[in-house]
Amino acid sequence: MDYFTELLNNPGITKAMWPATVETMQMVFISSVVSVVVGLLIGILLHTTDKTGLAPMRWLNVILSGIIVNITRSIPFAILMVALIPFSALVVGTSLGPIAASVSLTIGTVPFFARLVETALRDVSSGKIDAALVMGSTKMQVIRKVMVPEALPGIVSAITTTVVTIIGYSAMAGLVGGGGLGRLAYNYGYTRYELEIMIITIIIIVIMVQVVQILGDWIARKVDHR
Amino acid sequence: MITVSDLRKVYRQGSNDVVALDGVSLEVPTGKIHGIVGHSGAGKSTLVRCLTLLDQPTSGSVAVNGKELTNVDSDALRNARRRIGMVFQHANLFDSRTTEQNVAYPLELVGTPKKEIAEKVAQLLELVGLTKFAKGYPSQLSGGQRQRVGIARALATDPDVLLCDEPTSALDPATTDEILELVRKLRDRLNITVLIITHEMHVVKQICDSVSLLEAGKIVEHGDLEAVITNASGRLASTLLPLPGEAPQAEGAGRVLDLLYTGAQATEPVISGIARKFNTDVNVLAGSVEHLGDQQFAHLRVQFAPDVDIAAIIEHLESTGIAVTVKEAK
Repeated sequence: MDYFTELLNNPGITKAMWPATVETMQMVFISSVVSVVVGLLIGILLHTTDKTGLAPMRWLNVILSGIIVNITRSIPFAILMVALIPFSALVVGTSLGPIAASVSLTIGTVPFFARLVETALRDVSSGKIDAALVMGSTKMQVIRKVMVPEALPGIVSAITTTVVTIIGYSAMAGLVGGGGLGRLAYNYGYTRYELEIMIITIIIIVIMVQVVQILGDWIARKVDHR
Repeated sequence: MITVSDLRKVYRQGSNDVVALDGVSLEVPTGKIHGIVGHSGAGKSTLVRCLTLLDQPTSGSVAVNGKELTNVDSDALRNARRRIGMVFQHANLFDSRTTEQNVAYPLELVGTPKKEIAEKVAQLLELVGLTKFAKGYPSQLSGGQRQRVGIARALATDPDVLLCDEPTSALDPATTDEILELVRKLRDRLNITVLIITHEMHVVKQICDSVSLLEAGKIVEHGDLEAVITNASGRLASTLLPLPGEAPQAEGAGRVLDLLYTGAQATEPVISGIARKFNTDVNVLAGSVEHLGDQQFAHLRVQFAPDVDIAAIIEHLESTGIAVTVKEAK
């Protein structure tokens, strides 16, 4: 058997590769959607409750920024993930599989995305916010109709960066029971020295990241009218 | 009509209080254009923020057509704000919205029906001459066009007062005049009260009916344009109608007078009249004559021979309504 036939008959590729890719995509999709929704809310709260923000609220800002975001962000993801295994089991009933992994992935990326959103919102000039207020907007209208739309190009870039980060983290999550391409690369590439599987896994992940980045950049350009 | 009474704003900075506004009172009647001038640091920005209640004044009140803006709850304040249209130095348009969506913004806030919004927006864009840019984004517009959109947006709620904060300070001279012309046209057509805060004397000369000078948080001089220009002892006269360049001091002996006059006198041969009546020579050292609004204004520096009866000349000039200041020759 020549090299290629052997490769094509390798069960690591024929049987395991596709389900692993699907698992990875599941993990990335679930945690991206939840991270974006929750992170957007926290990011808006971080920005508006700041002392120079739209609705200064010191206690809430301290809790969100100082305690939740900073503490979570200072724990390395590999450690956070292991520490969250009991919590994942509590939330989804099992600590194994892509759904369980999504719990720790989400918790690990929400603070990161929230900070990016806060930065994007801070780039909206205070003059625009003043203009909106002077025209008689409620605070909610300022957020919904001015702040977020004006920061949208920055928020889209933040989403792109976050999804790429989640793809990277998902490989790590694979090692502690999450499955997916990370697990595949570890099982075949590391423990069985099958270099080919390792390389193909890398190629698939690179393609995923490229697609996300190109799509993200394209959308960011579409929504950017500055 | 906008009425401001005894507006004070004190900021706390560290352990000391900084008085930004020290009892500002003014009243602009309906349909008049009033300018507030002052150097940076005089309190112009604070005044704007207090007028729109973006900052809460420490004391005093702001009222539009008798409706109080200060000391009302936030719902009432939001409604009251819609009585004031505001134009900003940098337009502050929303980049994510097209021209027409920008103008539509204040109407959307109160849930105006879509059809009504479309009609009103088309009408406003026509008023400012931007109909063909309706679907474009602000980034595709020039500075002057952006300011026009800003003005259209400010007028969307049919406000009683148009508050302009340095509306032309970021524009070139030709565009400045276009925007000022537009503001004047809108005032004439809508009979709106206009309050312009600026550091440019040019703006005051171009369109203001009356003017206030703000200094260290106080209004130190105010009045109709004609009155302040011809008030020789005032501060605004010399800045509004300055002598060109470095006005020369008198050479040699002689009496030097600064003359400020307007309207009727400006069309009369004042100088040759004096020369004939007192049978003396008059030397014009410097002068500027400007046509502002529908009035002619003149500011002359003249020199008489040392032996002339200067007291009689001054008396004669003042009797014809000319403001005279004596400048001693060096």
